[in-house]
Amino acid sequence: MRALAPLAGLAALLAVPLVVTDQYALHILITTGIFIIAAMSLNLLLGYTGQLSLGHIGFFGIGAYVSALCSLGFQLEFTDRLVLTVAPKPVWLSFVIAVATAALFGFLIGKLSFKVRGAYFVIVTLSFAEVARLVALNWVSLTQGPMALNNIPPFTLGLSDAWQLTFYRKLPNYFLMIAIGAGAYLLIARLVRSRLGRAMVALKENESLATSVGIDVTRYLVLAAVVSAGIAGAAGSFYAHYVRIIDPDIFLFIYTVTMVIMIVTGGKGTLLGPIVGGILFGFIPPVLREVAGPELQWIIYGLIMIVVVFFLPEGIVPAVTRAWAARRGRAATASARSPAGS
Amino acid sequence: MLDIDGLWCRYGKVNALKGVSLHVAAGELVTLIGANGAGKTTALRALSGIVPVAAGRIRFEDEDITGASPRSILARGIAHCPEGRRVFAHMSVQENLGIGAYLRRDSAAIADDIDRIFTRFPILKERRQQAAGTLSGGEQQMLAIGRALMSRPKLILFDEPSLGLAPTIVDRTFDLIQDIQQEGVTVLMVEQNAFAALEMCDRAYLLESGEMKRHGTGEELLADPAVKEAYLGG
Repeated sequence: MRALAPLAGLAALLAVPLVVTDQYALHILITTGIFIIAAMSLNLLLGYTGQLSLGHIGFFGIGAYVSALCSLGFQLEFTDRLVLTVAPKPVWLSFVIAVATAALFGFLIGKLSFKVRGAYFVIVTLSFAEVARLVALNWVSLTQGPMALNNIPPFTLGLSDAWQLTFYRKLPNYFLMIAIGAGAYLLIARLVRSRLGRAMVALKENESLATSVGIDVTRYLVLAAVVSAGIAGAAGSFYAHYVRIIDPDIFLFIYTVTMVIMIVTGGKGTLLGPIVGGILFGFIPPVLREVAGPELQWIIYGLIMIVVVFFLPEGIVPAVTRAWAARRGRAATASARSPAGS
Repeated sequence: MLDIDGLWCRYGKVNALKGVSLHVAAGELVTLIGANGAGKTTALRALSGIVPVAAGRIRFEDEDITGASPRSILARGIAHCPEGRRVFAHMSVQENLGIGAYLRRDSAAIADDIDRIFTRFPILKERRQQAAGTLSGGEQQMLAIGRALMSRPKLILFDEPSLGLAPTIVDRTFDLIQDIQQEGVTVLMVEQNAFAALEMCDRAYLLESGEMKRHGTGEELLADPAVKEAYLGG
């Protein structure tokens, strides 16, 4: 039963376009999905190792920019004589390069996180995303700055020109998003259920005790940061090729905050938490936009958040799991008692 | 088995240990007593690689382990049972034991060892699926000791095993530590309850503001007037 649940969930997600045919609704689903993937990656750091990286959107944005630039081709002028020209690469290759670059930044931030802990780590990661934004904004010869990178080619999969699939329309992009999301989910699930995942949980709970049972703290923090950044980079790359235009605002702090909100309301340190929280906060804004004015929208958004945090401080998923376990526990004791009682 | 020679440790500019030397022979139960802030915990932490060593040598089974990582020190057979919060509160009892064997790869033998610990502490078996944080203080202590045993150590370092426990549980814990010694595991224990520690140990060291003041057998230190006055209440 339990093993089948993720498969059933996946089937349900794949069946969504059968019901939702409206293009705008499909677009909301795809962008929400991209955000959920990014939130899932942040959850690996925040929920499992307890490190609050408030610059997570930095990895997402780096993934988006690297992927866009590789697929468009670019020129780097170091001096008049020394010019590096990169010809446009196929999108799948750009995607791989983007994931690797984001992971590399994850490695650097992970290494740093061992030196600076707690509040300092938060400040460093926050600055990291802000620096990335300023670079994207000011390095106009490379990134077009505020004029944005546009005409980014859509995702293509294929071996040759004759045999390839191009993701222009919403529907194939929706399935691609699900595929990337499922891949990220499987990777994270495998990681947190392995020896390594137990080590990360131990680390979050009690670091000195974890050290005393032989867990190498630096190594696991770095590994978690690398995987987390890589997945965020993948989400960013997919985003760039889906909306096909990106500007430095992609690095804005509010996006990281949105991810944190999704994780905290859904339940941090649970596999399903970011997905549940993401669905909730991905759909509330567009739904509210239909019924309420912009001022009221944000007030309602805030109210929902306060209510969730106030009544379900651990998040929705742990609360539901506990209620479910309690009900089953009661049912079990009731059925155990009933033969004696009758 | 364990030789510490002229060990110095510093926290910033403060010297926590000033040239401490200590020896533990295989099979012994040695205790380290002293007042708060004397450097007892620092000594254990330096031994297991958690606190850096400023100067001096630590040798274990004739190998120099000064400056080795906590992981490699554990792999050589030194387990550390730290003071204070002793268990992973949100993990189950079983997971806590499992993580004690983190460096081992022999899963069949690990399962056997967990069974052995459950036989020793039936209450832990009963609560195997319960979060460790919901256990009583005494049960948590059993679990912490069980977890330390899971790495199959040659030497266990106990840091204040009696801290925060009810008196009857304290006695049980000390009995347990003696049992472990009987089974062939060498023990180095830091303890504030000087009287109990001196009664049960083979040899003892007295640490005062980072310096080794006295050492001898438990009886010798119990009879020492200076020790009596300062630590045993006259």
